[in-house]
Amino acid sequence: MKKPIYLDNHATTPMDPRVLQAMLPYFTEYFGNAASRNHEFGWVAEQAVDKARKQIADLIGASAREIIFTSGATESDNLAIKGVAEMYAEKGNHIITAATEHKAVLDTCKKLEKNGYRVTYLPVKGDGLVDLDMLREATTDKTILVTIMYANNEIGVLQPVAEIGKICREKGVLFHTDGVQAIGKVPVDVNRDHIDLMSITGHKLYGPKGVGALYVRRKAPRVQLTAQMDGGGHERGMRSGTLNVPGIVGLGEACAICHKEMPEESKRMQYLRDKLRNRLEKELDEVYLNGSWEHRLPNSLNLSFAYVEGESLLMGINDVAVSSGSACTSATLEPSYVLKALGLGDDIAHSSIRFGIGRFNTEEEIDYVADKLVNVVRKLRELSPLYEMAKEGIDLSKVQWAHD
Amino acid sequence: MAYSDKVLDHYNNPRNVGSLDKKDSNVGTGMVGAPECGDVMKLQIKVNDASGIIEDAKFKTFGCGSAIASSSLATEWLKGKTVDEALAIKNTDIVNELSLPPVKIHCSVLAEDAIKAAISDYRAKQGQKVGSEQTVA
Repeated sequence: MKKPIYLDNHATTPMDPRVLQAMLPYFTEYFGNAASRNHEFGWVAEQAVDKARKQIADLIGASAREIIFTSGATESDNLAIKGVAEMYAEKGNHIITAATEHKAVLDTCKKLEKNGYRVTYLPVKGDGLVDLDMLREATTDKTILVTIMYANNEIGVLQPVAEIGKICREKGVLFHTDGVQAIGKVPVDVNRDHIDLMSITGHKLYGPKGVGALYVRRKAPRVQLTAQMDGGGHERGMRSGTLNVPGIVGLGEACAICHKEMPEESKRMQYLRDKLRNRLEKELDEVYLNGSWEHRLPNSLNLSFAYVEGESLLMGINDVAVSSGSACTSATLEPSYVLKALGLGDDIAHSSIRFGIGRFNTEEEIDYVADKLVNVVRKLRELSPLYEMAKEGIDLSKVQWAHD
Repeated sequence: MAYSDKVLDHYNNPRNVGSLDKKDSNVGTGMVGAPECGDVMKLQIKVNDASGIIEDAKFKTFGCGSAIASSSLATEWLKGKTVDEALAIKNTDIVNELSLPPVKIHCSVLAEDAIKAAISDYRAKQGQKVGSEQTVA
């Protein structure tokens, strides 16, 4: 068993060796610019890119012509949101999103607010899901875009995307979803789910970093975007810049592998994830799940271990890579805004650990992690004045804390 | 974030973890911080009335590795000092000893506050004790 054990697959994933193999010839052998129209080097590169377009489209139920390549999902989110905002500015200036979105969406919306757009940040319920009635009520005749992620990166919760898409169709509003965490893990279909735009990235599905795509619907309705990257008119004028051919080949191959292996893989991920949760809840008391259990990615777990602080927990399991919603682990010393949006107290956010199980994790690793975690939590609870007080029957919410 | 060896040592081998009897008149208890901030320290001292020397110190901390190390170190330093010497302990001493980075300095400040809170509680109890002796006479 190799250490440290990697259980942070929501942050990034190791590249599948098969993806690397597919990419390699495009660095030094088939190195042409896909936009070189006049010689074989260009044609071979263009062919590889077209193949990748099809592989990505097949995974999400789209057509190849609807795939635009970018440098990653952050760029795709920017392109979708700003591109629609600028293109449809005469139709309206109102955008709806959710409080638990990725910063790539939230910060883009904040930028648009500075430029005169109105943004509604829908709160979420305690289970992390958007309230569909609130969404309906929030739309106005000035609303031009709803952007709500398919699955959340911190808590793994799946939004009711098909229903959101239906509401947007009824209201004549475009629907963008950040599909980064969901694609390749659960079956996504842009037609079944009424999706008009979707952000995709390579490095969350065992593909390379630095490459992504944006699905842009061409029929019913035909979506138009104002390009954010100018210079040459690549990707139907939506995104200029020489294509990252090896990266795109990798992204395509990674999608093809997911398409084939997803049914079996998601069962296996779920088995490992459930085993981890069961062991921890059986061997420890006061363990809490953050976010809906039924509407969740099969490989995702976010647990709080009451009375134990997240960073000290991570220090104790130093040969396991996971992440925490604790303020101490963030550069800005702020606790996770996603957990706060669920209505959890800061102390629960401070005690949270996010587990993202991946293609290459084994049952042996899961057992090791469970053993280690149980030991560390027990040890830290012995050190914890809060655990001591709770065991004495003191209601911590009624205590007057002396803080400066 | 890389932890200093000393922080790791205190985390893996914390000194003086536990509780003293807070009802004991020779015990001062300081509880500082708040769960919402991610840091709560309970620090207790047992003082010998006659010599004024801190005979024992115990701590419990909810917080990151640097917070645990700061309070563990504090209990190590307190044992054998007089109450006045203990008041002279500065958070910067803790920062230097543990090589705390800037983002963790607040952990050392909390430890200094915990020391002062424990001493303040002890002194308050002494004030009451002296008072009750006078009235008994």
